[in-house]
Amino acid sequence: MKTKMNKQIQTIAKDNDGGSIFKFILSELKPKGKLLTPFNLIAFPVIILGIVLIVIRFVSGLGSVTNLTQDTPWGLWIGFDVVTGVAFAGGAYVLTFIVYILKVEKYHSIVRVTVLNGFLAYLFYAGALLLDLGRPWNVINPIIGNNFGTSSVLFLVAWHFLLYMIAELIEFSPAIAEWLGARRARKILSGLTIGAVIFGITLSTLHQSGLGALYLMAKDKIHPLWYSEFIPIMFLVSSVFAGLSMVIFEGSISHKVFFNQISEKNHKAQNGILQGLAKICAGAMFAYFFLQLLVLIHGKNWDLLNTKMGYWFLLEMLGFVLLPMFLFLYSYRHRNIFMIRLAAIMTMIGVILNRLNLTVIGFKWDAASHYYPSWMEIVVTLTVIFTEILIFKWIINRMPVLRESPSWVEDEKI
Amino acid sequence: MSFDRRNFFKTICVAGATLAVGNSFGAVKQDENAIEFQGVLYDSTRCLGCRACERVCATAHGLPEAKDELKAGVIRNTSESQRSVINNHITSKGEVYVKKQCMHCNEPACAAACLTQAMHKTKEGPVVWRGDKCMGCRYCMISCPFDVPKFEYHSANPKIEKCDMCYDRIKTGKIPACAEACPGDALTFGTRRELIQEARKRIFESPKDYVNQIYGEEVAGGTGWLYLSSAPFNEVGFNTKLQNSSYPELSKGFLYTVPSVFVLLPPLLLGIHEATKNRNHSNEDENE
Repeated sequence: MKTKMNKQIQTIAKDNDGGSIFKFILSELKPKGKLLTPFNLIAFPVIILGIVLIVIRFVSGLGSVTNLTQDTPWGLWIGFDVVTGVAFAGGAYVLTFIVYILKVEKYHSIVRVTVLNGFLAYLFYAGALLLDLGRPWNVINPIIGNNFGTSSVLFLVAWHFLLYMIAELIEFSPAIAEWLGARRARKILSGLTIGAVIFGITLSTLHQSGLGALYLMAKDKIHPLWYSEFIPIMFLVSSVFAGLSMVIFEGSISHKVFFNQISEKNHKAQNGILQGLAKICAGAMFAYFFLQLLVLIHGKNWDLLNTKMGYWFLLEMLGFVLLPMFLFLYSYRHRNIFMIRLAAIMTMIGVILNRLNLTVIGFKWDAASHYYPSWMEIVVTLTVIFTEILIFKWIINRMPVLRESPSWVEDEKI
Repeated sequence: MSFDRRNFFKTICVAGATLAVGNSFGAVKQDENAIEFQGVLYDSTRCLGCRACERVCATAHGLPEAKDELKAGVIRNTSESQRSVINNHITSKGEVYVKKQCMHCNEPACAAACLTQAMHKTKEGPVVWRGDKCMGCRYCMISCPFDVPKFEYHSANPKIEKCDMCYDRIKTGKIPACAEACPGDALTFGTRRELIQEARKRIFESPKDYVNQIYGEEVAGGTGWLYLSSAPFNEVGFNTKLQNSSYPELSKGFLYTVPSVFVLLPPLLLGIHEATKNRNHSNEDENE
């Protein structure tokens, strides 16, 4: 069956070489496969409702949809969509570092799908930022014109998002070229990869930490157990295992859903890859936990541990950092794939907790009335996530992301 | 040639020194008095609680007049429709009126946070908001230690509302509307230096009437609005736990590392890339 599919792909590529590219794209736009899958049945109503809510939000203001207040101006859309979403997209820069800079060939087969995931995450989750802007028509101001707020961390983050999206698009572009059968373009674009990778890693280092640095000025508003001058470093280190846990999680699902597209060789390699990632995660989590411990000791906030927020902090650190770290170590030693997946999910919960604790739960934790996201904010967030997954599926079903590149690519390499 | 060798070396030295000192940069700007920012001194012992300032503020900026009553012990807050409020605090020294509005920091967190320079510290002293630049991200609200900027959540074209010290009036030589309207002389407009001297004089002349502190002289790196109070400041609605150094200082360290990372990381990555590439080549050679 696999060979049959590969043949089919090859014919598309060949056909396209001679035929009209627009006809080809038009034919590719049509959905492939069943429409009435369980996922689609849940996703479509949510997306439609979400679009209605987004229209309401732009017509009658942010307050008509969100629970944001003068005290908590950033809620779920920033705290979860942007800050947490970008941490989960960190897998792309870690893996490109491992594969293109350190040349560990073992992980090569999952680079493309990770970069695609990273790119879509930035496109959608950073794009969700636009929904949160009160005056989005001025969004162009920090990019063109003379309104550069260079002293702003957000200025840095905004630029980095934009540049990093371009870098990731370049990293992914050979797959698009292979899909379109554009041989010359593929050659040029894959020549750009290493430059884009180096640029992308540098940008990621700075904006993963920059997202944390955004909150440095909110010193008096964030619970002292989560606030320290080391937030940027914590964000950077945690983005390593946040991103890789996402790679493990997404890879495990992709291997089931897109089973047919993955070659025999890569199926066999999967377990080895997961074990390797588990080891890296455990290492990064140990560094992170140690950092948190140092900051806690130096911050002299011991007494705060024996409060409600303190227990919450301990749950995050012990239950969702230390425990999954040991799980990763254990599963690596015992080659237990189920445990790796479990640890990855727990790590992801831990990262969500950490980002939300800093941006939403621990932000103005002592205020009289606390912010809770409205159901409409949650629906819009789900809309963003579901749309991203649909686009992801669309691309996976068309471009050589999980499956092997068309055979002409190999010919060209020689 | 305008850029000769000597100049070139000078530039290199300056650049090198800049890189070397890095973080101590902030210390250079210590001499605050050299900048004559203007501000307002509020004296709680002179305030009658008549709320004339609130009314003229609303008229001057086209905002609705506040309808709520002023009650002792009930704390009112500034909002997207009210830039300035008077509160009546019950303190250990009895009831004390205190006005609340933007503090117009010397080094405002909101302006440092703004990625479009919509929040702007003017050279005269007021911190103003410029709608044509603002994209409504509300990072100024996250950053302001006094929680001053307010956002119109129920508008499709929302504005940030906050006191601008009547910047338009100041530019034409007038004084802020509230300071002009105050019947009890509780509000004094002037340069920050004069106001601090005046405040010290008042504390010195009648030490029993005041706590020995000028709120705003040091907090958050110094503010344009200065306060004298008869009761301790933590009893009249001020956050006395705020730091004395400026808030933009907190993210300066991070921002200074950005150029270094940008310069140092790519060559490092490229170096590793080249190193590992060579190794692979030799491996291939061996295989062949």
